Formats: sequence, structure tokens, C-alpha cells
Amino acid sequence: MTKITYIEHNGKEHTIDVQNGLTVMEGAVQNDIPGIDADCGGSMACATCHVYVKDDWYDKLDEKSEGEDDMIDQAYEPKKNSRLSCQITVSDKTDGLVVHLPEKQV
Amino acid sequence: MIKTDALIIGAGPTGLFTAHQLKIIGLDCQIVDNLDKIGGQCIELYPDKPIYDIPAIPECTGEELTQNLIKQLEPFKIKFHLNERVDEVKKDNNTWEVKTSNGTKFSTPNVIIAGGVGSFEPRKFSLKECEQFENKSIFYSIKNKKIFEGKTVTIFGGGDSALDWAVELSKTSKVNLIHRRDEFRGANATVDKVHELAKSGKINLFTKYQLSGIGGSRNLESVEITHENKEVKTFKTDYMLGFFGLIMQLGPIANWGLNLDKKTIEVDTEKFETNQKGIYAVGDICTYPGKLKLILSGFHEGALAARACFKLARPNEKYRFEFTTSSKTIKNRLGVKSD
Repeated sequence: MTKITYIEHNGKEHTIDVQNGLTVMEGAVQNDIPGIDADCGGSMACATCHVYVKDDWYDKLDEKSEGEDDMIDQAYEPKKNSRLSCQITVSDKTDGLVVHLPEKQV
Repeated sequence: MIKTDALIIGAGPTGLFTAHQLKIIGLDCQIVDNLDKIGGQCIELYPDKPIYDIPAIPECTGEELTQNLIKQLEPFKIKFHLNERVDEVKKDNNTWEVKTSNGTKFSTPNVIIAGGVGSFEPRKFSLKECEQFENKSIFYSIKNKKIFEGKTVTIFGGGDSALDWAVELSKTSKVNLIHRRDEFRGANATVDKVHELAKSGKINLFTKYQLSGIGGSRNLESVEITHENKEVKTFKTDYMLGFFGLIMQLGPIANWGLNLDKKTIEVDTEKFETNQKGIYAVGDICTYPGKLKLILSGFHEGALAARACFKLARPNEKYRFEFTTSSKTIKNRLGVKSD
């Protein structure tokens, strides 16, 4: 189990144990964390699981998937540290990861 | 007022196969979809991506699946109402009165919602102030390009729509093109063309910039953009165009008095009926214990909902189950010769 912290736009923090191998998106959906819609179910066909990765974590994560930035172009208020949470796989390496959720997804 | 036995909302794979099932059992139906083409998410989100879990089809793309479903519907000459969103569904005795965004009206005992994750709508600028100029000087699609002649147009986005319009409008307007990163996701030839036009001064290209403000009282007058490194630029503009792709929104469906669970509609698993008699939900938009968001599940749900429609559309007749392999009646409907 790996600890992931999701911080809602209003500042509310949720730190939960997510099973290795799941994605950061699945961790949020399975634990009913508001603010991640994941309309397409993780097929990288929408941009509604968009998160901002805490700056010191951004470079530690694996590179973005091919086409991920194309989808982030279509997200709500993308920033430099934007990622799609369905493309971040939880592992021992991501223990303690902090992601901020945007004001909204659509 | 168009009368039909069943109205299907959504022309994705589930809506298409549901139409097939209705026609097979002798009911007529029409289909409404907010997109300008048939196919739903398969066509809009992943036309080229291969799908591997359609029974008896080892591999096909979203586009191929759509083409095959359309082909399967050919004998039935189904009427499609594209570019129309269903806005209102109201009860009138035993029928539902349905109104679309174009004003088309239907009267039907059965409404089948096969709406996926809702209707596709353009993503808009997140800046609140943009709303007041929407459809006046801020647009998310172009109906009449003549209005831009001789004007300054500021285009935001990095996909084909943004690039194609930047190239096209640069012939007759002053064009600024703004995108959040250096890479574009449009076709290579168009990207090259944009860079060429930027070099020759026909397009003012700003990358790593995003919208941060607008100015103007009655009309849009200026736009402010901010670079990743916080540097701010302001310039005059007459029009702004935003091309950030499409988002899916449940939209008016939320107001029809249906029991919802998050963005999905609760149904039973016998008829796939909602809490409203005569309104069904099938495919990704419905939910029930054990629901799987697979295309094959949508096909099953549509087949059962179609049988439930029979009862309300033909209250004085008894539905008789028949196989397509042996039924003369069905073969007549399909226009094929029976042995």
C-alpha cells in the first residue's frame, strides 16, 4: 500500500492507501474523492481526471504518456505541472505523492 | 409534432443497435444526437483506436464498428436528427413530449436514453468575463467566416480546428494564435503551414501563453495573455476563438426527474427502465448493480429495453419472440428473401 494525498481545490486533504499497480485516478474514484470525474474510464480519451502534481514531485514521476499532453490541452485550466491521473501508476516510488485537484473538470 | 413508437437519444453504438432491435420487432424509431455525425464516443474520442472486446469481432476500430452498425441498420431507413440536443422531456398523459434545441418536437410513449456520458459540448474559456461576449465576439465554432474579414482574430488552441482556422483566416484577417505549449497536436502539414505563416508574419504565434484577461465594455476590445514564466502581454483584438476540444456534460438530462447516481441514471435490469415509466437508459449512461461500461453490455441493455417499448407502443398486441434465422416477418422487415 502506498500513501497518496489528494488536495481538493477548497484545500480539503485526503490521504489514502492505494494499492500498487492502480492509477492515481483509480485510487480517487474507488475512495469517492470528489473532483476527479474520469469520464472515459482511464482510456486517455478525455481530460476529466486532470490533476496538478506538487512541484517537487513532478520530475520524480515517470514521463508523460504519448498523447497525454494532447489531452491536457483540452483540460480545464492546464498548468505546467498538469498530469492526467489515469496515467500515473501507483508504486513504492510514488509513496507520499501529493496531487492538487483543479477547481473543476468540465 | 413527429409521432414515433420510440425516440432514442444518442447515436453511439448502443443507440444504433437499440434502433436495430426496435425495428426487428416491428416498432419505428428516430434518433437524436448533439454531434454532427453518427457514432458517439467511438467516432469523437477514438475513431482510430482498436477495440478488442466486441463479441465475434476480434479487432476493429471505433470507426469500423460505427460503419458496421450503420450498415446493419440500412434496411430500416432510420431518421437521424443530428446537431440537435434534447432539451425537454415532458409527460402528456401516456406519452412523452420531447423538444430539441432546434425546436423539433416528438410525441412518443418511449424515450430511450443512450447518451454515453452526456452530450458533447465545446470546452469554453474558464475566465468568467468571457460569457458576456459569447456568440458576439467570442466563439467556439464558426458559422460565418465573413464577419472576421479585415478584423483582428485571436485564436486559442493547439489542435486541428485551431490550426486550420488560423491558416484560413490569415488570408483575410490579422491572426494571433496562442497555445499553452510549443508542440501542436494538429496534422503535421498544417503545423508546418502555421510555422511558415508565422515566419512570414501572416500569423502572430505565441506559445507557452494562456489567456489571463480580456478588456472591453460593449464589445471585446483587448486580450491579455500570460507566459509560463509570468510575462504578460496585452493587445487589441476584435474576436476571440477557443478550440479546446469537446467535453461531455449530462446537460438537461439532469432536469427530467430521473433518479441519478453521480452522472449515471438508475435503471432496473428487466426493462432498463428508469424511475419514470416509458423512459429507459442503456449503455454507459445507465447504472445498476454489476454494471459494466462495455459496448457489449449496451447491446444487451438495448435489446431488452426495445422489448419493453413494445408494451407501451402496442398496448393491444402481444409481443411474440422470434429468431432472425427463422421468422418470415423479421425477414420481410429486413428486406431479405425467406426460404
